[in-house]
Amino acid sequence: MNPRTAAVFETARHEGRAALIGYLPAGFPTVDASIELIQTMFAGGVDLVEVGLPYSDPLMDGPAIQQAVETALAAGVTTTDVMRVVSEVAPAENQAVVVMSYWNPIERYGQSRFANDLHAAGGSGVITPDLIPEESGEWIEATNAAGIDRTFLVAPSSTDARIDRVASACTGFVYAASTMGVTGARDQVSSAAPELVARVRPFTDAPIGVGLGVSSARQAADIAGYANAVIVGSAFVRRILDSPDIDSAKAAVRDFAAELAAGVRAGGSLR
Amino acid sequence: MTATEESTGHFGPYGGRFVPEALMAALDELEAAFDAATADPLFAHELSELERDYTGRPSPLTRARRFEEHCGGARVYLKREDLNHTGSHKINNVLGQALLTKRMGKSRIIAETGAGQHGVASATAAALMGLECVVYMGLEDTKRQALNVARMELLGATVVPVETGSQTLKDAINEAMRDWVTNVNHTHYLLGTVTGPSPFPRMVRHFHSVIGTESRKQILEVEGRLPDAVVACVGGGSNAMGLFSGFMDDPQVRLVGYEAGGEGVETGKHAARFAVGAPGVLHGARTYVMQDEWGQTVPSHSISAGLDYPGVGPEHAWLHDTGRATYEPVTDAQAMEAFSLMSRTEGIIPAIETAHALAGAMRLGRELGPDSVIVVNLSGRGDKDVVTAAQWFGMDIG
Repeated sequence: MNPRTAAVFETARHEGRAALIGYLPAGFPTVDASIELIQTMFAGGVDLVEVGLPYSDPLMDGPAIQQAVETALAAGVTTTDVMRVVSEVAPAENQAVVVMSYWNPIERYGQSRFANDLHAAGGSGVITPDLIPEESGEWIEATNAAGIDRTFLVAPSSTDARIDRVASACTGFVYAASTMGVTGARDQVSSAAPELVARVRPFTDAPIGVGLGVSSARQAADIAGYANAVIVGSAFVRRILDSPDIDSAKAAVRDFAAELAAGVRAGGSLR
Repeated sequence: MTATEESTGHFGPYGGRFVPEALMAALDELEAAFDAATADPLFAHELSELERDYTGRPSPLTRARRFEEHCGGARVYLKREDLNHTGSHKINNVLGQALLTKRMGKSRIIAETGAGQHGVASATAAALMGLECVVYMGLEDTKRQALNVARMELLGATVVPVETGSQTLKDAINEAMRDWVTNVNHTHYLLGTVTGPSPFPRMVRHFHSVIGTESRKQILEVEGRLPDAVVACVGGGSNAMGLFSGFMDDPQVRLVGYEAGGEGVETGKHAARFAVGAPGVLHGARTYVMQDEWGQTVPSHSISAGLDYPGVGPEHAWLHDTGRATYEPVTDAQAMEAFSLMSRTEGIIPAIETAHALAGAMRLGRELGPDSVIVVNLSGRGDKDVVTAAQWFGMDIG
């Protein structure tokens, strides 16, 4: 595991809590504003930020993230901008930045080039929601060589054999999709999530993060009761979409991050 | 391509599965159901009965005697998929997949559609087999194909206009994938062409291979020899793959696909993937994709909604690279000239998609010369395109 990612989970373990992971697309609403918003997430108590690489065909994403990435793409954000965001957010000790990207932009940029440039920018890993280990031969070599973590996803529909295959291919944390569906805030996180995490445990010592649909401190606390990380994306994006200007967006992001940070520290006790 | 590569869902370096993990179980289930079905004589029997009694197969092979006067002396034969029930080749695939849906115990199908042909065919099969049907269609396409929207609704399907992205076929596929990943337990994604993750490309080709099988038998009967070329339009590429598959092992038969050249490849407003695209990943498969230097999909353009797609079936990508098939762009204007000519010389109003293949046949016939034999897949009829054609030709239809 990349040392920065390892430090995030080591700190959380030391403090007896789950880590808090937040997501924001680079370039939303602008490249500079996304840097400020990610720094605000960190300041509010997020431990690890997934910087989204905006893509034209985000078929795993619901309306909030679709709208955000369309805004970013319309303004001309590129992979180079994503690298700049990663390098400028400058996380503190015990914080880390990874990139979340659909596969084609990485393949187009060049797999080794992507892994190496991300490492040089200070990023610690990449999450690839539409890449499965079977198609990852070159990517595994590129990320190993660059010292960048790979995170693949497991889903409630994954068989044990597939969980084994996916978890074995991850070098960072394992991303457990809480529910069958696309990204977007939900009132309730599916009851499938605890069962899925329990099914993944025997196959890996890696930390397991739960995402998709997490939108409140209470849900974060629930998940912190059985997973190593709580992943929140659309609910941050929604708050920014609903803010009239960048200052109120930053205030909303900071407050929400702080609520969630309290949630992961409460473990299962907010039930 | 080796058998091993195809069994992993690849055609050379193309194809594969680039999908969310959540869909892997469904793709494995579909693949197992498809392989079991194709090994089951009862399934083949059930499907061929439907093809005969419901679709009206075999479709005729019609010599186009007046049209071929414009094709350099070539003898041109039309494989009449326009005469199938619902008016295009699309019914071949949907009947196969709808039967599979029932075998898998699922009660709901979803589909994407561009021109509306696949949506209509899906709605038809759903009505026939008592399945719930939801069709995703780009908002732009619902406007230019309003007649097909009405047909789908009359057949009992729900049509969902997709307002994201470029509001065309690619965005309809995104939305269908989002539905599928959410409802995969009881829903089958009835993908309409030879694109997408494995096993869709080889499965959809299989269900359309009846086009090639019949064509080969029919042309041997009337000409006593194989054709010099078989040609088809290529959007995703299902009608072409169906026709090509019958002649794949006849190296003397040229396989030619015609993609949408739009307003001209040089204008950037086209869907000529092989002219300007590069290998990449779109909608679950590695193939040729119209994309920018950052890997973002570039919107395509064509007068024909069914060819207006920035990707192409992965087997076509492989056939292109190996040289077994060749692909050329046909512009909107060339296609509409062929559309008019076919209508006036043969009394057949073709789909505008199909008109691209007809324009290609005119070009190829002049190249191959007198006494050559060309089979064109007349993949669909043009009733749905009357408004678009009337606008193109400046007709006043009130």
